[in-house]
Amino acid sequence: MTVEFDVAVVGGGLVGAALAWGIARAHQRVVVLDEGDIAHRASRANFALVWVQSKGLGMPDYAAWTKQSSDAWQGLAQELKQTTGIDVAFSRPGGFTLALSVAELEARARLLQRLHNQPNMVRYPYEILDRDGLLKRLPQIGPEVAGASYCPLDGQCNSLRLLYALHVGMRQLGAEYRPSHVVHAIDYHNGVFFLRNSSTAVRAEKVVLAAGIGNARLAPMVGLRAPVRPQRGQIVVTERAERFLDHPLVTIRQTDEGTVMLGDSAEEAGLDDGVGLGVTSAIASRAVRMFPLLKSLNVVRTWAGLRVMTQDGFPIYDESSSRPGAFLATCHSGVTLAAAHALVLAPMIAAGSLSADLDVFSARRFDVQTAA
Amino acid sequence: MFRRLPDAAVAVVTIAVDGLPVSARAGDSVAAALLAAGFQAFRTTGVSGASRGPYCMMGVCFDCLVAIDGVGSRQACLAQVREGMRIETQRGRRPVGP
Repeated sequence: MTVEFDVAVVGGGLVGAALAWGIARAHQRVVVLDEGDIAHRASRANFALVWVQSKGLGMPDYAAWTKQSSDAWQGLAQELKQTTGIDVAFSRPGGFTLALSVAELEARARLLQRLHNQPNMVRYPYEILDRDGLLKRLPQIGPEVAGASYCPLDGQCNSLRLLYALHVGMRQLGAEYRPSHVVHAIDYHNGVFFLRNSSTAVRAEKVVLAAGIGNARLAPMVGLRAPVRPQRGQIVVTERAERFLDHPLVTIRQTDEGTVMLGDSAEEAGLDDGVGLGVTSAIASRAVRMFPLLKSLNVVRTWAGLRVMTQDGFPIYDESSSRPGAFLATCHSGVTLAAAHALVLAPMIAAGSLSADLDVFSARRFDVQTAA
Repeated sequence: MFRRLPDAAVAVVTIAVDGLPVSARAGDSVAAALLAAGFQAFRTTGVSGASRGPYCMMGVCFDCLVAIDGVGSRQACLAQVREGMRIETQRGRRPVGP
């Protein structure tokens, strides 16, 4: 049986595109099977943070993985610029999480203390700033702001251009992109995967499931499981304004093009990606309390995206024992983790197996008996 | 480019455009008043710096944005002139703040 491709990647969002780019860069023949434009696509709806602070409480390996990606991000951005000419506008000026009361600030400090006191927690600096300390760095804050946490590793990018650059880049590296190619079934015979849609079957030696929420449906086809659910986040964006904010905040950032993005809610709403005035007005109100000068700006757009969420909030990376050559990757931080996916995970898949370091991310962690 | 119809004995109001007095007619939209006074470019974009002026005249295209009495990015086609109104054409991105 001849195969057409070494690797078939299912999903052309940020996770699938970063993996396809990295696998093609490792000289494998790659095809990306994607849905069409109406797919639920967090890659087009996200907040574009490359974020480190506060991640990994409950799983220090996730904090280390996140930091590893953050550290590799500049290299990814540079390589994409050199090879595709596309500037993904990465910057890493350090990020803030603002507190609107002393109680919020104290809760934030306790959370970060618990995070960093975990055994085997990766070391990196962060600070808790009181109001006076914060005013020296962000003089435009409103009177209610009590302080902030700050981490110098936090950054941001233009995530739409990141998705575009990965797609241009992977095709430069020889990968083939097939949109509107929903995979209905995956069969496995004698070491070859057959990825079937309604009319054709693509043959590949390896398969990578990177289909976001769709992974829940696809995973059992290769002997894996991906217990993921959609979690809605709403975003408000203003007209373009003169630069006033260089640092990303977890809920406010000014893009390289001048718009100000305000986010982001976390709602259990199934596959409903609608927006509502209740949540968007709460987002806007909190943002204006943080930076009163924002109230002069016009809002030009609101939208919602669906995060791909596991029950513990951490990614799943897996390889199938019953179907060798089948891999799965899913996470809610496809922007932050893009560098780790492209430069670390993709070479492992190209080489044929995940390193033991990634065992902790297997969905086997969810295989515990339900308490009576 | 535009001429007024020779009808109507309508009251004249005076507005200021970038600090200079401009005559308009009561009932004019700001956009109509500026076009009648010979202004075509109301602003430059925040992306390329290209000139922009009214296109749709009905509140849809957002190309006629000006600052009115100190409030930036108002749609000139949807605001009516008032005696003493201060209009500023906009250059590039809006400043943030009061």
